[in-house]
Amino acid sequence: MDNVLLETRNLHRSFGGVHAVEDVTFKVRPDAIKAIIGPNGAGKTTLFNLIAGTLTPNEGEVFFRNKRITGQKPHAVAALGIARTFQTTKLFPHMTVLENVMVGRHARTRAGFLAGMLNLPWTWREDRQSQAKATEILESLGLSKYASETASNLSFGRQRLAEFARALATEPSLLLLDEPAAGLNIYETKELGELIRRIRDTGITCLVVEHDMSLVMDISDEVVVLDQGQKIAEGPPSAVQRDPEVIRVYLGDEHA
Amino acid sequence: MNFAQVVQYAFSGITVGSIYAIVAVGFNIIYNTTGIINFAQGEFLIIGAMTAISVSRIAPLPVAILVAVVVTTALGGLIEFVFIRPVKKASVLRLIIITIGLSILIREAMLHIWDEQVRSLPYFTGTAVSSLTILGAHISPQVLWVLGASAVIVAALTLFFRYTLMGRAMRACADDSMAARLCGVNDRWMVTLSFMLSAGIGALAGCVISPVTQTQYDMGAPLAIKGFTVAIVGGLGNSMGAVAAGLFLGLLEALVVSQFAAAYKDVVAIIVLLLILVFRPSGLFTRGDVSALRTA
Amino acid sequence: MRLRTYYPVIAGMALIVLLHVVLRVADATYYMTQITMSAYYALVVIGLCLLMGYAGQISLGHAGFFAIGGYTSAVMTTYNLSPWSDSSWVGGLDSLGLLVRWEDLYGTEILSFSPWVAFGTAILLTGIIALIIGMPVIRLKGHYLAMATLGFGLIVYRVALGTPILGRADGISNVPPFRFIDGLQVNGRAPFRVQNYYIAWTAVIVAMVLSLNLVRSRVGRALRSIHENEEAAHSLGVNTYRYKLGTFILSALFAAMGGVLLTHYNGSIGPSEVTVMKSVRYVAIVAVGGMANLWGALIMGILLNFLSLRGVFGTFDDAVFGGILIAMMLFAPQGLLRVPELRAFSALLSRRSHG
Repeated sequence: MDNVLLETRNLHRSFGGVHAVEDVTFKVRPDAIKAIIGPNGAGKTTLFNLIAGTLTPNEGEVFFRNKRITGQKPHAVAALGIARTFQTTKLFPHMTVLENVMVGRHARTRAGFLAGMLNLPWTWREDRQSQAKATEILESLGLSKYASETASNLSFGRQRLAEFARALATEPSLLLLDEPAAGLNIYETKELGELIRRIRDTGITCLVVEHDMSLVMDISDEVVVLDQGQKIAEGPPSAVQRDPEVIRVYLGDEHA
Repeated sequence: MNFAQVVQYAFSGITVGSIYAIVAVGFNIIYNTTGIINFAQGEFLIIGAMTAISVSRIAPLPVAILVAVVVTTALGGLIEFVFIRPVKKASVLRLIIITIGLSILIREAMLHIWDEQVRSLPYFTGTAVSSLTILGAHISPQVLWVLGASAVIVAALTLFFRYTLMGRAMRACADDSMAARLCGVNDRWMVTLSFMLSAGIGALAGCVISPVTQTQYDMGAPLAIKGFTVAIVGGLGNSMGAVAAGLFLGLLEALVVSQFAAAYKDVVAIIVLLLILVFRPSGLFTRGDVSALRTA
Repeated sequence: MRLRTYYPVIAGMALIVLLHVVLRVADATYYMTQITMSAYYALVVIGLCLLMGYAGQISLGHAGFFAIGGYTSAVMTTYNLSPWSDSSWVGGLDSLGLLVRWEDLYGTEILSFSPWVAFGTAILLTGIIALIIGMPVIRLKGHYLAMATLGFGLIVYRVALGTPILGRADGISNVPPFRFIDGLQVNGRAPFRVQNYYIAWTAVIVAMVLSLNLVRSRVGRALRSIHENEEAAHSLGVNTYRYKLGTFILSALFAAMGGVLLTHYNGSIGPSEVTVMKSVRYVAIVAVGGMANLWGALIMGILLNFLSLRGVFGTFDDAVFGGILIAMMLFAPQGLLRVPELRAFSALLSRRSHG
């Protein structure tokens, strides 16, 4: 079934003279967990930024559900169903965990300036629904007791989880996870893997940038390898693991 | 307008433009080392001029100017030490607000120390009515002093930043403060130094322009705005650009004054500012080419 | 859940009445004049608090919007159309009920726009200008935005100072009172003092309620998210540009409202309302009150403006505000009401509103 959720074609992005992303083409199938790996500076986060709309490509296209989304602004991309987390957690530090997650409901709600100022009754219902949904998500991630806690007070691991919850609140079809395992220990990483699988099982496709190879090999259906902005391999984890180019890039020439 | 008049206006333009350029250079020095825009920059010129005017009553002019520059330089360092350094969570917004507050305080202090009268330093050479004839136009010798001083300041700064250890240390901080720190450069003092340097050149500029434009306690703010405009047009942090932009603004103002009413002179700078902010905030001269003064 | 937010409002209303009683008893009702004026200035502060504290954008030119509102209303209510009363368009306007005839202090018969028309035009014009200025400017960051708004304020100042119809340096000074209905009017003269005290406070209360509502709403959450981490907010579907622009325009409208009402109250307006210092004062007040603290901004706005109007600061008026700015940024960047000593008081208020 050639069912494609996300597709990039010949994406190019450079900064000054540096080609951060060069001619990157790949597809993501729905309900898959796909990983993007590569040495530092390979262009992985830039690629995410191009997909999510934070950056505009110099050349190339991005398609989501076969519709062209290249160059759309991040808020529009989010409304279409692509959510993301960040390499360094970007929670809203002075807002509570619950409020953080409720912001995630923004794209699915409507109350504007006038309705807000006049405190119209229909906005009460909408807010109640947002809060309910946010609470539900926090529960499913085991964060309920931190709902009223100020976000910056949470431990590192829980902050990460909260950022997950927030991204999930947008009801995405595609979740971009930027190095979710960074800074987690073995047990936490294992739990993370479980979580990503559970998320995928609810029908959300996951695209994960990661350095942690055990996690990648464990949960991914497919892997894309980037090096210096270019795609050098793509396929199931076992195949990619044995690819000579990949080995060369990670371990040096003698081992290929 | 005949040729002599054009020359007259042109000289007037580049005279005042070179002062704008010096203010802009002052902005750049601080901006490069700290990322802050020092809204109080214009006040340094006025402090310098006022101090020199007071001291010149009891000492010869050169001594008065020297004292003024020294005092203002010290003040610049003091300001940084007392008001900028202690700021803990230094966000851009916070520092902007502090320098705004500082410009107000300094101005009010000057009002109370000196009063609101208009004063000026005596002409360095000659008097208010002496003039040289250049290309048919009558130019005050003070104009040459202004241009000369500006050129010397720019040249000295170029040499300073390129060839002296301290200058290079400051540039290092501007480029990468972490790396600079690892090399042993004390970046906190570099910040203080940048304020002192900006204050010093400001004071000198204030002194040299005083006979021409007069000095009044509240002239700092308009100077700062124009200086900032020039800094942006030239590209924040780019001092060669600042010089070019300063001359450009000065000439533009002279043009407007010659063709329309003098009242519109100040509006020119504001319009230029808004236009540049909207269309090209990175400045006109920032693509590619720049010279030795890039980080000055 | 929502009602809790309004407790401070009700408490505030009680305090206002209490203050009236106290002044009456102390035979000091003349203080009401400065309190009324401070209340109108507070409208600007409330709007600016939304912009600076919640949306996180700075404006060094807000006095400009105050002036646009005030001057528009002043011009339209004082410009005498009598010389053209025979022409068709004036006749047309008159038949639409848009004009009024009145007699000014000197006994001259004036035919001008009714204050309602002037008011509506002032607000509309401010909104349009805020939109036009805001669109390019709100994209700018930090010092660029500060400078651009400063430039805007300066232009308004220059225009006010240099345009004949706006009275140049003298401003416009025979602005008629604003009659709402019979017996209720915005008028600075003594017989109307008490009435205007309550009119001004009503305006403030309305502004506060609207702002408190906004801050607690979806939009308020979005604004706070933009302030805390714009990139993350953007990635969650918040159209950061539109919200910043919307808040900018809203805060401009609040300022214009203050301008219109104060102009009719004072009976005049002049370029001194548009100086850079005025704009800086508003910023200082918001900073002291606590950037994202509506109540703090309001309290400080009333207090500081009142003291300033009474001349308590003497010739150091400007210096005081400059000093406040610096002190706030150095010692209490979250505003005075967040300093630990005042925590209890602030907690009381902030548990009710967002704070």
